[in-house]
Amino acid sequence: MLDGRAIDVRGVSLTYAGPPPVHALDGVDIEVARGEFVALLGPSGCGKSTLLRILADLVRPTSGEARADGVAYMPQRDLLLPWRRVLGNAVFAAELAGVPPDEAKRRARALLPRFGLEGFEQAWPAQLSGGMRQRLALLRTFLAPRETLLLDEPFGALDAITRRQMQRWLQDVLALEPRTVLLVTHDVEEALNLADTVYVMSPRPGRIVARIPVAIGRPRDAATVTSPGFIALKARLLAALDGDAAHDALSSS
Amino acid sequence: MPAVRHALRDYAPAAALLLALLVVWEAAVRVLDVAPYLVPAPSRIARAFMEVRGTLPDHLRTTAAEAALGLAFSAALGAGCAALLAWTTPLRRAVYPLLVISQNVPLVVIAPLLVVWFGFGMLPKVLVVTLMGFFPIVVATTDGLLRADGDLVELARSYGASRWQVLREVLIPSAVPAFFAGLQISAAYAVLGAVIAEWVGASSGLGLFITRSQTAFRVDRVFVAVAVIAALSIASFAAVHLAARLAMPWQHVAHGGAQEEVRG
Repeated sequence: MLDGRAIDVRGVSLTYAGPPPVHALDGVDIEVARGEFVALLGPSGCGKSTLLRILADLVRPTSGEARADGVAYMPQRDLLLPWRRVLGNAVFAAELAGVPPDEAKRRARALLPRFGLEGFEQAWPAQLSGGMRQRLALLRTFLAPRETLLLDEPFGALDAITRRQMQRWLQDVLALEPRTVLLVTHDVEEALNLADTVYVMSPRPGRIVARIPVAIGRPRDAATVTSPGFIALKARLLAALDGDAAHDALSSS
Repeated sequence: MPAVRHALRDYAPAAALLLALLVVWEAAVRVLDVAPYLVPAPSRIARAFMEVRGTLPDHLRTTAAEAALGLAFSAALGAGCAALLAWTTPLRRAVYPLLVISQNVPLVVIAPLLVVWFGFGMLPKVLVVTLMGFFPIVVATTDGLLRADGDLVELARSYGASRWQVLREVLIPSAVPAFFAGLQISAAYAVLGAVIAEWVGASSGLGLFITRSQTAFRVDRVFVAVAVIAALSIASFAAVHLAARLAMPWQHVAHGGAQEEVRG
């Protein structure tokens, strides 16, 4: 029914009943192909998190249609359970989704080193650093038996250096464990570092103002980030964010 | 041993103060020549303790058993009621005022009635302790359940958790600290509740021991019982504290970042 697409969003609008009513999304169209990495870029409060919540089936749109095959949702906060150890947190989503506990644990153990958590399986979340907590939350998302990941600013709470390391690391992990990803971010560089396609959203009510393919090879390292092609794309994204359609037309010609 | 040093640092001030008070008490009674049936000196209380050390353990066992059983019942009942109250808002609105009213019926009124209904055995005492301990546990646990992180509940739902799974995996663990906070308060009053109930009518227990000592004008023995009751209260408080630590190991780990290490 999705014709090879992992996510298909058509004319989705959402108004939160007030008072006062908040018009969060306005006719949003997004398409994500299987295996594609799509970034949804927009200013804070533009409704991008709301769109993920719609796709995770936690909110119903006021109008329009949002279809996605099995999605694993990772909210902005890491939301680790303080009373479960690292391994228990890793398998939490898989358990709820019906994976037998033994199999979930076996798969989690196999992935712990990849997620930089080797030797910490018996640690409590309170003992982990910010980056480790975020990787554990990602591991939990990866272990849910779902093809598509919905990531809501997964690195938003980290410092700039750790964030860059994590972006590089996420690319490596995805090369090893391929998934379809819809990533929400307000960081232009993050979108360009990671995505095949970037959708740009306007301030509230959120509309899609640009869809920009990122034709830059992988892996995207320090040299890529300073290349002319990267800078040009960055200029286009910034222009689209600023709502400067004229500048966008100019730089894309 | 650092553990011994910590224990010394934590408890030495209280022990020193207690000792100083006992010395002042002893001196005051001797200097002012107070009659022993009014205020006995600590040395006299100690002698009284030696006299009754044969019969006291039986009374102590009775009271401790009543307090422990009552506390266990109030914990089970309190946690169960809290789950029901947190589950449905209409029920909570209906029952909460009744709970508050029930807590304001004086124990001195209830206790004799319970003795009339259930006799001089342990049951009425256990019921008094249960009634006393129930309220703090219900209130604290209900609050803990209702304050569970809504985002956590939503995350669990997004992975297809049933209502029961949400309760078991998210709500109940979230409420464990609040439950123990309530239990801690109930534990502090449990021994007192048992003694008050025994006061009204009992065949054994520290409350009975006190009434007997009072009618015999053995104020020194009353003080012995008071000291034993205090020790028992402290012990039950400490036991709940220990249980809380064992039930929530995650609350006692050193916080802060483990070594950051990202594989590129």
